[in-house]
Amino acid sequence: MTVMTDYILPVKSRGLHDEMIAFGIMTALLLIVPLTGVYPYFVMQALCFALLACAFNLLIGYGGLLSFGHAMFLGTAGYVSGHALKVWGFSPELGIVAGTAAAGALAVVTGSVAIRRQGIYFAMITLALSQLLYFIYLQATFTHGEDGIQGIPQGYMFGLLNLANPTILYYIVLACFLFGFLVIFRAINSPFGEVLKSTRENEQRAISLGYKTDQYKLLAFILSGTLAGFAGSLKVFVAQNASLTDVHWSMSGEIVLMTLVGGLGTVFGPVIGAFVIIAMQQYLAGFGQWVTVIQGVIFASCVLTFRRGIAGEISHRFGISL
Amino acid sequence: MQALYAQLLVGLINGSFYALLSLGLAVIFGMLNIVNFAHGALYMMGAFCAYFLLNIAGIGYWPALVIAPIAVGIFGMLLERTLLKWLAGLDHLYGMLLTFGIALIVQGVFQNYFGSSGLPYAIPDELKGGMNLGFMFLPVYRGWVVVFSLVVCLATWFLIERTRLGAYLRAATENPTLVRAFGINVPRMITLTYGLGVGLAALAGVLSAPINQVRPLMGADLIIVVFAVVVIGGMGSIMGSIITGFALGVIEGLTKYFYPEASNTVVFVLMVLVLLVKPTGLTGRAA
Repeated sequence: MTVMTDYILPVKSRGLHDEMIAFGIMTALLLIVPLTGVYPYFVMQALCFALLACAFNLLIGYGGLLSFGHAMFLGTAGYVSGHALKVWGFSPELGIVAGTAAAGALAVVTGSVAIRRQGIYFAMITLALSQLLYFIYLQATFTHGEDGIQGIPQGYMFGLLNLANPTILYYIVLACFLFGFLVIFRAINSPFGEVLKSTRENEQRAISLGYKTDQYKLLAFILSGTLAGFAGSLKVFVAQNASLTDVHWSMSGEIVLMTLVGGLGTVFGPVIGAFVIIAMQQYLAGFGQWVTVIQGVIFASCVLTFRRGIAGEISHRFGISL
Repeated sequence: MQALYAQLLVGLINGSFYALLSLGLAVIFGMLNIVNFAHGALYMMGAFCAYFLLNIAGIGYWPALVIAPIAVGIFGMLLERTLLKWLAGLDHLYGMLLTFGIALIVQGVFQNYFGSSGLPYAIPDELKGGMNLGFMFLPVYRGWVVVFSLVVCLATWFLIERTRLGAYLRAATENPTLVRAFGINVPRMITLTYGLGVGLAALAGVLSAPINQVRPLMGADLIIVVFAVVVIGGMGSIMGSIITGFALGVIEGLTKYFYPEASNTVVFVLMVLVLLVKPTGLTGRAA
């Protein structure tokens, strides 16, 4: 049996070098976006999903754990941030902290349940847990059920930066995205990341070497959930609402799809995948339910013929590490 | 008391669907090592098949009970031959992702043509009305669904655990290479197994059509509950799936009576409790 990320062969000696260059190119491209006339809210939304997909990828790509419930972190952070900003009148930075912390706490609880099983069971458990939260949020009063929390104020970051200004908001979202991206990048290149990868490859052996693999998996889950929540909190400022869509299983599926298209277990793949899928949704918005069908087709064809994803395929063809 | 019995009956009916679906999932997983995410969509196709048969061809409930599972089963076998078979030897998770994609396609296509609202499907004349059991009023159709599902579940158990064909099947699950060396066509058995699992889902769909209306997304939420059922019961045992399915349906029904707010979530909460107490599931071997 091959592990899901066997297709990505890391080029060890140059890996970090290539990734640094790619990071530089990505940052430069994203910095000049407001000058290009591209609709900034589109890029901001894509950045939120890119961070979300990167967080998801930390689990599947490096820990071998497929979470089919990552929408629960997105949605929870969105609701908590939205409620804190609108009802409690929190400042933006505190709102982000509150949402992220809530997602982190949720990850501690759900993670300690989910990591008790592996493989397909892990996927089913995370899916069921997120559905549990979906029903809780559906009935809770502070989420306003089907309506969601609407018209969330954007406010002034640190009392100075007006988030209603698209350019300012863009650079703040970008800074947050890069921060989250670097946290993940640091984690996978740390001793912690190495142990996580060894757990994915051969858990029994890692245990026999004295690593408490459950603790590593739980820590990865918490890190992933917290960063996914961070993305969810940021998204509140972009979309100015928090709704049930963000907790629904179809959202979890979209996160999986973005990462799959971009390349499971690659550093930049989730970012590429998020931009591809968000762009596709924008352009195909007029096709109604056919978007779901197209997503399904992409899902199936990626699994059957394109398992390396975009980034994985590039690194495979050109021998560079992405 | 009347309300309690009524909810218990609803619970038993839901339990029938859980049992039929988790049974199919277990059979498919045993043979193909695939968690069939498309199971909910195929359940929905079973219901739609019955609806089409009635409204286009004028074929009623009883023939549909046979035709729909076979038709959807054949569709499933085509899926297995054209798509799923390429996943042999890959990580189990790819099977889940591929079938998730298939579910999106099937549900999306149906949603396009039929929207999200429900289409009515009438209860057949023979099963209309109800019986007064003294302590409660039993709608005949609902009683029929429970009894018939139970019979089908037990028949499937018998087929797999007590017949020669079932013995081949179980042997091929353990060691396909060795079974092939005995001259048994394992790939064909895999296809037929997938067809059987899918047929069970479609049968559940036909049974549910008069109760739950025919909707493109009728299977989408159900499959997630069935996943939780599978986590609780484990996919290692056929009888385990059946018993867990019915038991969880009943517990859900009781919750609807005693604490309705939790009726949507009780199965998931139970799953968490089971994972905390006995991580391998109630009947399961560790996976």
